Amino acid sequence: MDYFLTEEQKMIQELTEQIAREKIRPIRAELDESEEFPWEIMRTLAQADLFGLYIPEQYGGMGGGVFDNCLAVEKLGEACIGIATSFAASGLGAYPILLFGSEEMKQKYLPQIASGKRLAAFGLTEPGAGSDVSGIRTVAVKDGDSYVLNGSKQWITNGGESEIYSVLAITDRAKGPRGASFFVVEKGDPGFFFGKKEKKLGIRASATRELIFQDCRIPADRLIAKEGMGFIIAMKTFDKSRPGIAALGVGLAQGALDIAVEYARKRVQFEKPIISFQAIQHKLADMAVKTEAARALVYSVARYMDSEPREVSKVAAMTKVFAGDVAMEVSTNAVQVLGGYGYMKDYPVEKMMRDAKILQIYEGTNEIQRNIIGQELNKEYGRLKESFI
Amino acid sequence: MHIVVCIKQVPDTKNVRIDPDTHTLVRQGVESIINPFDMFAIEGALKIKDQNGARVTVVTMGPPQASEALRETLGLGVDDAVLLSDRAFAGSDTWATSTTLSAAIRKMGDVDLILCGKQAVDGDTAQVGPEMAALLDVPYATFVKNIDTRESGFVKVVRQTDEGTEVWRLQLPALMTVIKELGEPRVPSLRHKMRAKKAEVAVWGTAELGLDPNSTGLSGSFTQVVRVFSPQRRGNRIQLEGSIENQVEQLFQHLKKARVPGL
Repeated sequence: MDYFLTEEQKMIQELTEQIAREKIRPIRAELDESEEFPWEIMRTLAQADLFGLYIPEQYGGMGGGVFDNCLAVEKLGEACIGIATSFAASGLGAYPILLFGSEEMKQKYLPQIASGKRLAAFGLTEPGAGSDVSGIRTVAVKDGDSYVLNGSKQWITNGGESEIYSVLAITDRAKGPRGASFFVVEKGDPGFFFGKKEKKLGIRASATRELIFQDCRIPADRLIAKEGMGFIIAMKTFDKSRPGIAALGVGLAQGALDIAVEYARKRVQFEKPIISFQAIQHKLADMAVKTEAARALVYSVARYMDSEPREVSKVAAMTKVFAGDVAMEVSTNAVQVLGGYGYMKDYPVEKMMRDAKILQIYEGTNEIQRNIIGQELNKEYGRLKESFI
Repeated sequence: MHIVVCIKQVPDTKNVRIDPDTHTLVRQGVESIINPFDMFAIEGALKIKDQNGARVTVVTMGPPQASEALRETLGLGVDDAVLLSDRAFAGSDTWATSTTLSAAIRKMGDVDLILCGKQAVDGDTAQVGPEMAALLDVPYATFVKNIDTRESGFVKVVRQTDEGTEVWRLQLPALMTVIKELGEPRVPSLRHKMRAKKAEVAVWGTAELGLDPNSTGLSGSFTQVVRVFSPQRRGNRIQLEGSIENQVEQLFQHLKKARVPGL
């Protein structure tokens, strides 16, 4: 399929494909086993200018948008979404600063993130606050020229590895959802610690840790935007990042499809390659249709988002829910096509199936995405004067 | 510091075939790559650039298509590229190649360091580097695995020999041929790739180099290949690729298919 990409976008694809082929594929199984953080690949991605794809040129980035970033994570995700998640999580951590940070804050942090010299991370989830963000317990209290943070964040991607953290904390509990605020916390700030590294079903090359704040004192100018903006910043950040998660799903589905088709052409049973059997053909056909449909949706939404429209929550959620579900289904079917071999660690599809599950969970579960889409539909149709009945 | 890296385009060794009648390489449909040892030389030059700052120029002799290989090196962060291309250069042996390349170095004038791969994987002569050093009358070291440029006017290199390693100090300008240990080639960067797309690749022929056409190409060559023959092909051969575990698994499957007893 020709998606009429620009010259520059084709270069992004070419470059990320080369990195996936030469640097990621040869070591993905090893990192999955050892759960080692892929620092060497992060350095390669940094040197290739990829951490700055969506960051404006004035802050050291490449000046692209959501679409450019999607193209990159898709290709990296074809090889390993554990590694690609480590890459993408830095963007998630950067977006609160990019979208809402003061000029000074942007000048300080964005060039470091764009160059890949320092990774960013995003701290929202807590033991008692996942889908229900209002359950957040971490507090930030203003004290002179500082804020003092107390509490903990759970399952933070790149936790312990990143140096720059965008963290959500309550500044005024009485105000409910309007009482939360975002802060930048740096590795090394007094009172900022990391908990144990989590053991996971998939994306094991990515690091997931707890963030612990014990009287963590940070300068007051680390507040992003104003007090009370926290939830808005979180929602706007997710709008930007969800197509990226969807692109990981497209990549993973494509990677699984590639292996399934190649295998089905070679594997002989009943004296024929198994691709000659309709049971396999139809399965592969459905996998291909869904993968391409997910790609088409992600690309068109990402392109639309880069035109800076006002409302994007619904379409951003659509990409995440659809591509996430497709990735799970396609990778599961890829294991089925490979049969016993697919279930063994000799082929990468069992890892892909384990990895795919997270796409339906993190950055807002797919149930939450459907809530967002449903609520937006209700709002949209409520505004319409016309009846269709 | 101005570093020049000399590179050669070679057929992708994974797909080399010899025409059984003419005994020459079948080049049709075979992808060309930059000689892998030359890629290590480029990486070495770029490392020096990263650490101490340097201008890196890549030069190659070849047909107009070779400018694509040069463009690829610009994507890695090489500053300038020069293509030496002229009908008169056709049929060059190593001496004629060295003559042409060293004329280009002389024309540049300000070159401090010349890096070449230890040999090209197609001809395997390992002669062009040392011949250039002789023609340019500069010191040289072969099989270099480490280059230290911290001392002004000199370079300290580590050579890998069969007996062990040797550390040499050479006065600049100097030439070295390098081995894999100098560094795995990096991937391109997006900024460099974008610049490379639009960059001009200079093309120099005999006129620009001030060379007598008779001293280049076939007429400037002292050696001629009289005959090339391919060793007799032995039956069905399969080359295994991938990780060791994967290759073992493939080998096992082949043996099983061949009904080796006990498997």
